[in-house]
Amino acid sequence: MTRFILRRLGFLTLTVLLTSLLVFLVTQWLPGDVCRIILGREAGQGAIETCRLELGLDQPLPIQYLNWLGDFLTGDWGISFSTNLPIYPIVMDRMGNSLMLALVALLISVPLGVALGIIAGLNENKPIDSTINVGSLSVVGLPEFVTGLVLIQVFSFGLRDLGLPYFPANSSIPPDANFLEALPMLILPALTAMLVLLAYIARLTRSGVIEELKQPYVRTADLKGLPRRTVIVKHVLRNALLPTITIIAISTGWLISGLVVIENVFNYPGLGRLMIFAIDRRDLPLLQAVTMVTVLGFALANLGADLLYGLLNPRIRLE
Amino acid sequence: MVTKSADRCVLDIKGLTVAYQQEGEWLEAVREVSLSIHSGETYGLVGESGSGKTTLILAVMNYLGDRGSIRSGEIQLGDIDLLSLNDTQLRQVWGSKIALVPQNPQSALNPSLQVGDQLIEILRYQLNLSKKEAENQAIEWLERVHLADPIRVAESYPHQISGGMQQRAMIAMALCTAPDLLILDEPTTNLDVTTQAVILDLIRELIQDQDTGVLYVTHNLGVIAQICDRVAVMYDSDLVEDAATHDLFSQPLHPYTQGLIDSIPHLGDTKDSIQLRAISGQIPPIGEAPSGCVFRTRCPIAIEICNSRPPLYLAGDARYSRCHLWEEIDRHEISTHQPTLVGTPVPIPTQEEQPLTLEVNDLSIHFSIRRSVAEVIRRQPARAVRAVNQVDLDISPGSTVGLVGESGSGKTTIARGIMGLEAKSNGSIELLQIPLPDKLSQRDLETLRLLQIVFQNPQEALNPYLPIGETLRRPLIRLLGLSKTEADARVGELLAAVRLPPSYAGRLPGQLSGGEIQRVALARAIASNPELLVLDEPISSLDVSVQAAILNLVGELQSDHQNSLLFISHDLAIVGYLADQIAVIYLGSLMEVTGPGDLFHPPHHPYTEALLSSIPQVDPASREPPIYLEGDIPTPAELPSGCPFHTRCPRFLGEICTTTTPPWQVDQSTGKRIFCHIPPNDLAAVQKRIITRGSSDA
Ligand code: SF4
Ligand code: SF4
Repeated sequence: MTRFILRRLGFLTLTVLLTSLLVFLVTQWLPGDVCRIILGREAGQGAIETCRLELGLDQPLPIQYLNWLGDFLTGDWGISFSTNLPIYPIVMDRMGNSLMLALVALLISVPLGVALGIIAGLNENKPIDSTINVGSLSVVGLPEFVTGLVLIQVFSFGLRDLGLPYFPANSSIPPDANFLEALPMLILPALTAMLVLLAYIARLTRSGVIEELKQPYVRTADLKGLPRRTVIVKHVLRNALLPTITIIAISTGWLISGLVVIENVFNYPGLGRLMIFAIDRRDLPLLQAVTMVTVLGFALANLGADLLYGLLNPRIRLE
Repeated sequence: MVTKSADRCVLDIKGLTVAYQQEGEWLEAVREVSLSIHSGETYGLVGESGSGKTTLILAVMNYLGDRGSIRSGEIQLGDIDLLSLNDTQLRQVWGSKIALVPQNPQSALNPSLQVGDQLIEILRYQLNLSKKEAENQAIEWLERVHLADPIRVAESYPHQISGGMQQRAMIAMALCTAPDLLILDEPTTNLDVTTQAVILDLIRELIQDQDTGVLYVTHNLGVIAQICDRVAVMYDSDLVEDAATHDLFSQPLHPYTQGLIDSIPHLGDTKDSIQLRAISGQIPPIGEAPSGCVFRTRCPIAIEICNSRPPLYLAGDARYSRCHLWEEIDRHEISTHQPTLVGTPVPIPTQEEQPLTLEVNDLSIHFSIRRSVAEVIRRQPARAVRAVNQVDLDISPGSTVGLVGESGSGKTTIARGIMGLEAKSNGSIELLQIPLPDKLSQRDLETLRLLQIVFQNPQEALNPYLPIGETLRRPLIRLLGLSKTEADARVGELLAAVRLPPSYAGRLPGQLSGGEIQRVALARAIASNPELLVLDEPISSLDVSVQAAILNLVGELQSDHQNSLLFISHDLAIVGYLADQIAVIYLGSLMEVTGPGDLFHPPHHPYTEALLSSIPQVDPASREPPIYLEGDIPTPAELPSGCPFHTRCPRFLGEICTTTTPPWQVDQSTGKRIFCHIPPNDLAAVQKRIITRGSSDA
């Protein structure tokens, strides 16, 4: 297992380093001089030169890369071109929001998705299975902005029109709000993200359960005379949920930084929208930082998935 | 057989018919079967695949699932009417009154739970033991099934222990609640013979002290003869014969039973002493059994009356036969032996000047294992899996050499080395005195033509999307340079040679039965008229009644074409029957090289001796206790020093065996070569002669 973990960590470091190199190089190759972009068209040659010296742009590329990487690792992510504010706190604030959203979405979708999947799997091809199947298929098929808009229509405007307490349609959380204050605004975007995930988790769990039910060890457990419940919980689920757990861990990466559409629909200040903003404004340092954080998020989620799988599966744990 | 004291009926099946639904149609998988098992009795159930034996045992546990249904009949478990129970009630019966040991322990154990926990679970649930008590009992049970280190096994996950150990754990699990009925479903089929012998003995020992009735399902007549009091024979959903073991083997009263007994070589049979008889035809596919007697299409004595379905006749004292002609058979008025004798190739007398077909000298095949980073840092030398070590093997023209070994012995690696699928690390392989290049890609067409192989699982070796005709035509065009029309004509001849109708040329492998596919694989291998045909376990995936037919075919083809055979198998009886020379291999090294008749005469290499004694003989009269081999076969990555067999050798001499590689010693009287420190004469003095059916006549 130690070897397994070390190997995974090695892979993780390699992935992140490679991406950082790519991110760095891509920004190098973009047309236009960075200092020109910062200082604007009117700046004199002298000012540009000073700027280049300050940014270390006169140094050879590998040194520039190492400097940049070192700065990044120590939390010095530079100043955003477009807002002239330090990048680190902006990104951290947005990441906090994204994490909150991810957490709420996971808290709803995982138990529900797993439960639905188990029910469907245990009742393969019976009416209840078909219902869950059709339901989850139709949700998966809908684009996120459609589900988002429908949810707004129902739970925000709909409830409001009925004179009931309703959820806000605009989820732009103020920067200083704490989790409880933010929670009402989180619900609708989280529900939207959760619906996509829910169907996915349910379907995966279902096929896991069906697959495991066919295994001969289930017959062994049945023929021990154990109650069906024990057979399912103790024997079947232990194996059937392995792939689901992996997928959940992997999707955390997506939940943190991949919700661009949902964040836009709800005006939610997460990492996804920050990235769009950075692209819009050609704010290279900001874009670099967001990309790096995103990649790191995905890589960590994958690592988490691998470790969890290894931990739960004795065939890997005891390697 | 000793009848045991408490003689109560634990299982009583009456007129049981079970059907499966397939594409809306109900197909009968078990038809009007009746049998009863008494406490303390071991009841054998023999049948080939598709005979309905698996369905029968699932029905006996009322565990058929959704698609199967019991159409009629009764199953009485003691005084419980099993078919009237609902799921909750059934679960009170399962595990406590009825228990199953399945064929494949690896998949029958939950991979994510420790072995001990899986045993503790049933003890706690069925016997209402506390956690502590259950833990203690679990360890006790693991000891009772002779696991050397019960605590370690209990803490292991299934993948960490060997197949033999897994099966012991399953047996402990089945017996720990002292069930009334124990069902053993081919419990040793996936195990090596030496492991099988130990497990069989364990089963015998454990059921002796319990009052359990045992239903032992197997296709292996030897196992039946060794362990069962009574036998029921199933064929194509019907129970065709039911008799005491001794009666069944001495005078079968159904032609199918006779066919089974005649079609496999018994230990000690050689092609010079006895001729096998193949059961003609194939087992009909499910749902296509002939009307009347199901065996009618393959029966050598079928007559008019057989068009009506025979009842299960009471054929003497407590024996039954579902054959109209049982009385005539009993009175020896007709012979039920199948007419087709298994052809026996006659080896061409080797003339001195004729070059050897194959000459393997000092062959070693090692695979290197990748070192871990830590090992590289610690500068540990690279290790290797030493799969084959210093093997010498000669095959003279037209002769058959048998290579016998258990799993992990390296026998298949040798075949792959010869075929150019595995690079050798040392030594030489010469075909007709020309050294063979290591890689298949370096070999010229002529070499490919001269050297052909048939694999164990032909299903995997044939392209599933290629019609049979095309599969056969390719080697003809590529290796023999025939034109398309010439090749087409040859395809017909080849199919005829392996007894398949010409229409099969248009079929895909998926439309053929296992036996038929193996015929195609044979036809493809002989298409180029090779000098050497390598047969790697060619019949072990086939049903007993078609095995003989394939052996027959191999022999005939060899007589026609005069090619040499390298026959690789784990089955000493078959190799002993077929081969002109036999090499026994253990852990990558040859242990003994001998002629066929001498295989069964002392002196034996201690490993051969154990192997021979482990094979369950198809004769209830010879129930000799086998010589047990301790522990498991070591891995070829950590080859024992000195003699590779020393970790398990029952005749271990002491230090010399662990330090010094044994010499090849030649026995003066038989000429066999033995790889052991003990002189052949000393071995001969202490070893028993195997009782064979030939030896009583001699
Ligand atoms: S009933 Fe007829 S066909 Fe069937 S086994 Fe007896 S003799 Fe053969
Ligand atoms: S050399 Fe020693 S260990 Fe090897 S087979 Fe002979 S007696 Fe046994």
